[in-house]
Amino acid sequence: MIIKELTCIGCPMGCQLTIEFDEIQKKLLHVSGNQCPKGNRYAHKELTNPTRIVTSSIKIEGGEIGVVSVKTQKDIPKSQIFPIMDAIHQTTVIAPVYIGSVLIHDVAGTHVDIIATKTVLTRKKESTDTTL
Amino acid sequence: MKYDKDLIIIGAGPAGLAAALSSKENGCTNILIIERSQYMGGILNQCIHNGFGLHTFHQELTGPEYAARYEKSIQDQHIPISLNTMVLSIAAHSVTYVNQTEGLVTLTCHAIILAMGCRERPRGALNIPGYRPSGIYPAGTAQQLMNIEGKSVGKRIVILGSGDIGLIMARRLTLEGSKVLAVAEIMPYSGGLKRNIVQCLDDFHIPLYLSHTITQIEGKKRVEGVTLQKVGTDRKPIEGTTMHFDCDTLLLSVGLIPENELSIQAHVALSPITHGPLVDDTLQTSVAGIFACGNVLHVHDLVDFVSEEAALAGKMASDYVKNGEKQRNNIPLHCKNGVRYSVPQSIDPLEMEQEITIRFRVTDVFHNRSVALYANKTLLKKIKKKILAPGEMETITIKKTQDIAWNEVQALTIQTEETV
Repeated sequence: MIIKELTCIGCPMGCQLTIEFDEIQKKLLHVSGNQCPKGNRYAHKELTNPTRIVTSSIKIEGGEIGVVSVKTQKDIPKSQIFPIMDAIHQTTVIAPVYIGSVLIHDVAGTHVDIIATKTVLTRKKESTDTTL
Repeated sequence: MKYDKDLIIIGAGPAGLAAALSSKENGCTNILIIERSQYMGGILNQCIHNGFGLHTFHQELTGPEYAARYEKSIQDQHIPISLNTMVLSIAAHSVTYVNQTEGLVTLTCHAIILAMGCRERPRGALNIPGYRPSGIYPAGTAQQLMNIEGKSVGKRIVILGSGDIGLIMARRLTLEGSKVLAVAEIMPYSGGLKRNIVQCLDDFHIPLYLSHTITQIEGKKRVEGVTLQKVGTDRKPIEGTTMHFDCDTLLLSVGLIPENELSIQAHVALSPITHGPLVDDTLQTSVAGIFACGNVLHVHDLVDFVSEEAALAGKMASDYVKNGEKQRNNIPLHCKNGVRYSVPQSIDPLEMEQEITIRFRVTDVFHNRSVALYANKTLLKKIKKKILAPGEMETITIKKTQDIAWNEVQALTIQTEETV
């Protein structure tokens, strides 16, 4: 059994949770410090299957701006954040890219795609200014 | 008098776009949006993280995705917008701007909505000793460099201030391979949302030093290190508590200031607390026909509330265009006992909408305290709160249907009280 401390993000209260967790059976034994049931649910999710949406940007060639913003289409296991970032860093795309289009299929073996979160059009010849 | 435009909206960020859509929905047709950059969307373009739209669209979007939805509506509604256009001055019923295609233009207009947003407090506002080396960025500027231009800002980072942009950038820099050594916050609590503390700092084991500030920046050409020092309750550094960090970059996330140079030109009265215009329940400023919404009015935590506030400004501005100036008898809304400010600062109880939303912030972190709203001395409403924090904007609503002689009310008061 291990004891973990977490801050619940269910509401602005931010309860400090103390969680007794059975690592072998992956089971929550006891949660304390929470003032509502959200704390239990949050602790359970964070200790058994923590997930996140990863947002980042990918280099784009010939675009109006230097990078196109991206995200994982669904939440991914927290442990996969850095492998996904490696894949993102190794990728360059070519303008134009449209919002919602898939830029990396099945990123880092997670069965989740990386999609563009904005449209970046091709840079016009006369415009060299990439600042907003 | 015939005006060139019914309504001119200054700024095409989240506030300007939502105000434009709402004014069109409410029957205003001769609208112009003016935007200084080449894109719509304002600050949302560089806020590539997610968490936007939970209130408005009931799903989590990134900033650019949230902006794209409004941009599409603006295009679908054929609302005219001048991009790459800088407003130089405004007055009641006129706006002067300049751009490359039209040159210098002055348009008359019936109403104006101010939606210029805010800017960051810079290093100059902080008086930190040291040279002026490169490597010191306001957090939002670093965010733009990374997220729009794809540039790297540094390898070893210290962040001063725990505002949301600073927290978001701590995670962003970590994911990009930089090492964020510390976040220092002068106050004993964070100015950012709890969610951001957990998902941006705790997730990556980045230490947050509360009641700490930076008292020295080292390096002449480039930042080489900073000195962190604990502060007392008076926020003055305590001797013998220094910590040194070798770093090449310092990000400042130390507050935002509404951008009101244009408002001042038009003699719009500003609040010394919000640094935004003083407004009534229609979000009209002290100058008839000039309305304000979004971060130019007061700095928000969530874009969803900006959109909501801007939609109200759009509706009220179009009412003004339709019906002309109304005689209003505004009464003040006083903030006391732990309430720092409210928006609006005054209301007209006889003319107000059926329900109005008062947004406010508290001065300190309070546990198990209530927020009370009074009309004269009569308690209208009391809400129990488990927690109140300066970093989280709060709201309370006033209903016109409340059984009270509104014509006898001389002032409203909002304050925190002990929960009995």
